[in-house]
Amino acid sequence: MLSFIAKRLLSGILLLLVVTSGTFFLAHLAVGDPTPGLLGNSATAAQQDALRAKIGYDRPLLVQFWDWLTHAAAADFGTSWRSFQPVNDQLVQRVPVTLSVVVFATLLSAVIGVAVGIVCGLRPGGMLDRTLKLASVVLFALPGFWISLVLVTWFAINLKWFPAIGYVSPDQSVSGWLSSITLPSVSLALGAIVMVAEQLRNGFLQVTNQDFVRTLRARGLSGRRVTTHVLRNASPAALTVLALMFVGLLGGAIVVEIVFNLPGIGSLTQSASQIGDIPVLLGLTAVTVVFVVIVNFLLDLLLGWVNPKVRDR
Amino acid sequence: MTAAPFPTPLAPVKRISLLRRYLRRPLGVIALAVMLVIVAAALLAPWLAPFDPNFVQFTLTHAEPGNGHVLGGDSAGRDILSRLLYGAQTTLFGAVITCGAGLLLGVPAGVLAGYAGGTTDRLLSWISDALQSVPGMIVLLVVAAGTGQDFAVLMVALGIFLAPGYYRITRARALAVRKEPYIDAARVAGVTNVRIVRTHMMRAVYAPILVQTALTAGIAIGMQAGLQFLGIGSASTPSWGQMMNDGFQNMLTYPLILLWPSIALGVTIAALAFIGSTLADLVSVRSEQPSRRARVRVREALAAPAPTELSDRATSGTHEHRAEDSVLRVENLRVGYATQNGVKEVVRGVSLDAAPGEVLGIVGESGSGKTQTIFTVLDLLPTGGTAVADGIWVGGKEVGKLPPRERAALLGRSIGYVPQEPMSNLDPCYTVERQLVEPLRHVHGLSKTAARARAREVLVRVGITDPDRVLRSYPHQISGGMAQRVLIAGAVSGRPSLLVADEPTTALDVTVQAEVLELLRELQQEYGMTLVIVTHNFGVVADICDRVVVMKDGRIVETGPVDRIFNNAEQPYTAELISASLDDVEDRRQLDAAWAQGVPITLDRRAAHVGGEDDAR
Repeated sequence: MLSFIAKRLLSGILLLLVVTSGTFFLAHLAVGDPTPGLLGNSATAAQQDALRAKIGYDRPLLVQFWDWLTHAAAADFGTSWRSFQPVNDQLVQRVPVTLSVVVFATLLSAVIGVAVGIVCGLRPGGMLDRTLKLASVVLFALPGFWISLVLVTWFAINLKWFPAIGYVSPDQSVSGWLSSITLPSVSLALGAIVMVAEQLRNGFLQVTNQDFVRTLRARGLSGRRVTTHVLRNASPAALTVLALMFVGLLGGAIVVEIVFNLPGIGSLTQSASQIGDIPVLLGLTAVTVVFVVIVNFLLDLLLGWVNPKVRDR
Repeated sequence: MTAAPFPTPLAPVKRISLLRRYLRRPLGVIALAVMLVIVAAALLAPWLAPFDPNFVQFTLTHAEPGNGHVLGGDSAGRDILSRLLYGAQTTLFGAVITCGAGLLLGVPAGVLAGYAGGTTDRLLSWISDALQSVPGMIVLLVVAAGTGQDFAVLMVALGIFLAPGYYRITRARALAVRKEPYIDAARVAGVTNVRIVRTHMMRAVYAPILVQTALTAGIAIGMQAGLQFLGIGSASTPSWGQMMNDGFQNMLTYPLILLWPSIALGVTIAALAFIGSTLADLVSVRSEQPSRRARVRVREALAAPAPTELSDRATSGTHEHRAEDSVLRVENLRVGYATQNGVKEVVRGVSLDAAPGEVLGIVGESGSGKTQTIFTVLDLLPTGGTAVADGIWVGGKEVGKLPPRERAALLGRSIGYVPQEPMSNLDPCYTVERQLVEPLRHVHGLSKTAARARAREVLVRVGITDPDRVLRSYPHQISGGMAQRVLIAGAVSGRPSLLVADEPTTALDVTVQAEVLELLRELQQEYGMTLVIVTHNFGVVADICDRVVVMKDGRIVETGPVDRIFNNAEQPYTAELISASLDDVEDRRQLDAAWAQGVPITLDRRAAHVGGEDDAR
């Protein structure tokens, strides 16, 4: 079990290293000389040279990379090329907002997705099952921001149940915070809910047809107890999808945040992308990938716990 | 007779037949028609659009529909309909680039990984997993930081992030096809690898790739619109995402501006999603549950006294004992499944019984209906199976008409079940202890310690020498013979009066087979159980049974005491089965008899020895 954990951790760190390094070179390749974007086209050559020296862009690329990597390893993502504020400060301000929306959406997909999946798995071909099939087809493909626009017009503007835009910090008011992240989370979660439910339902049906379920029934176990066995055997696929959804939700949150005017990483990514502020973009990439690595690690632990075969491999 | 889920079919589907089958699905046809209209609108935009999409007319700013502007004007005073039509061009162009990039990267990599395996496979799979762990939207915005105006580059980047979808599906298919014998045959025949990949692999993967493309196109269009909504992309090229952003800015005052592009985007994505789901339904065998109506139809056909849908109405088999004296009695049992060609009857009017302490063998080839018969006794037919009988008696009582809950209450208490395949009949997620203790606690009401003590005791009884280690183990940590002993322990731990064993030795090593059979005989005598044993092997019958029922095609062809059947089979089919079985299995009684006479046994003398032994009795 310990070697299993160590292996998974190592693989996560490797992923983090590869993705951030890749993004570093990709960003430099895409942006090229950042000074026109940062200063505007009217800046003089002298002004541009001064900025290049200030942000260290005049050094060789590999030196810049090593500099960034060693600092990033100590959780220091440098300073913004635009505002010269530490990237860390901006991340500390913004990441919690995005994370609360994404985590809330993930919880919603887990709880509702599992519940719907079980009901459909127990009664395949029933009303809910057929509805799920239709809903999963459409909801999975529709982008979160499209759904969020529909929800905003409907619930926030027409019915006025939720605030249309803005964010309330949980320090100010917990209920205000919840109501400010409900609509964004729901818009993000709808697609994930149907995916988790569909996956669990299919796994459920597959496991139900396996031999050991008949044997458990033949021992006289009640339907509820047999269902527990089936659920545990069917859960790995649904858990994997849930972890994949988390990655998707992080990306989707960027656009949804703009719709709801939430001060998360969405608008920061957008503005940094428009002016070519590479340190900010790199910091954002690193932080999101760290969260993905954490979620994947938790997933591996869960999978190992659910199915002991995985541990022994 | 395992009821494992159907393996996904690998047989290549002919292009023409796939299209024809697709056109039979109304939802799919509608979705395809909608998609074709959108494609046509995009291609014909220069001719269909009434205005230049970028032409600004100040009177048209925020205009309501009318005055030749069917959908009105946007916040900059441009004709919305014209922008929608040109926007469709941008959208579809982007989707084609994205899908193309995903296909070109994912499919060859998937075929390579699945076909080559080993390090190539591990490396490519790691890359694919890594790509799926990256929040694509953020990296796309990184790419857009420098190339924001060049939408094609961005769409290629998006394609790279969606390539894992193609990779996974292709790799899985290639892996499955690689293991097919016809690929080996092709290799032996000297067909080159390149050619094998081109002909066999591509044919096997093309249908799932079509499904994946419909799905990917939908996702690509959604993400593309998201990027445009964020302001990425050329301002001079009309796009739906950009139009939605314009509408979003004026959402409260001019909601119509947001409505039109939202509808266009939603309808396009939904159409693609339904095309994909219809295709997926066609290429995958998603085992659908038979409808209630279908089940009623099967039941009526089975129960009909006169020939209607099913012609054969006669019963087969006889009863030896009075109903009240028998532990098991089945009268005129029929089992059927609904198929596309009507009702398929797999058990046809079977009658049999067994007295207390009797060992009854049910013998037949696979497909003879023997396993279906005992599943009906257990009331555990696979999904879709329907059983009808004049009577099912267990322990001298009629139970066939009892509600399912009361039938289920017999299991574990009056009836024990030993399955065929030991490994697949233990839940892989739980320890042996948990699986043995759970029924004892919750079915038989034992306390936790008492249940554990009882489980340990039964394990020792079935011949497990280190019960504590086995109790702690997960199923994959014990051997097949050990697992079968665990299953037998589970079946007898509730002290049932009837033990039903379905081919209990078939999946075991030859050396273990004799031990398990011996164990069953011992337990049967010790607990005074009635044992019904299903087998295709007359060696097993000779070894352990008192009476035997021979089944063929769902009917009983012969019933009688073992000695009589071996001596003097009435049916040629029975005689054939006996000689076929005895070719490869040693029968203990023959061996004993031969040993007693001091005659070395040879293959061709075996049949005579069975008779000789009977004469000696």
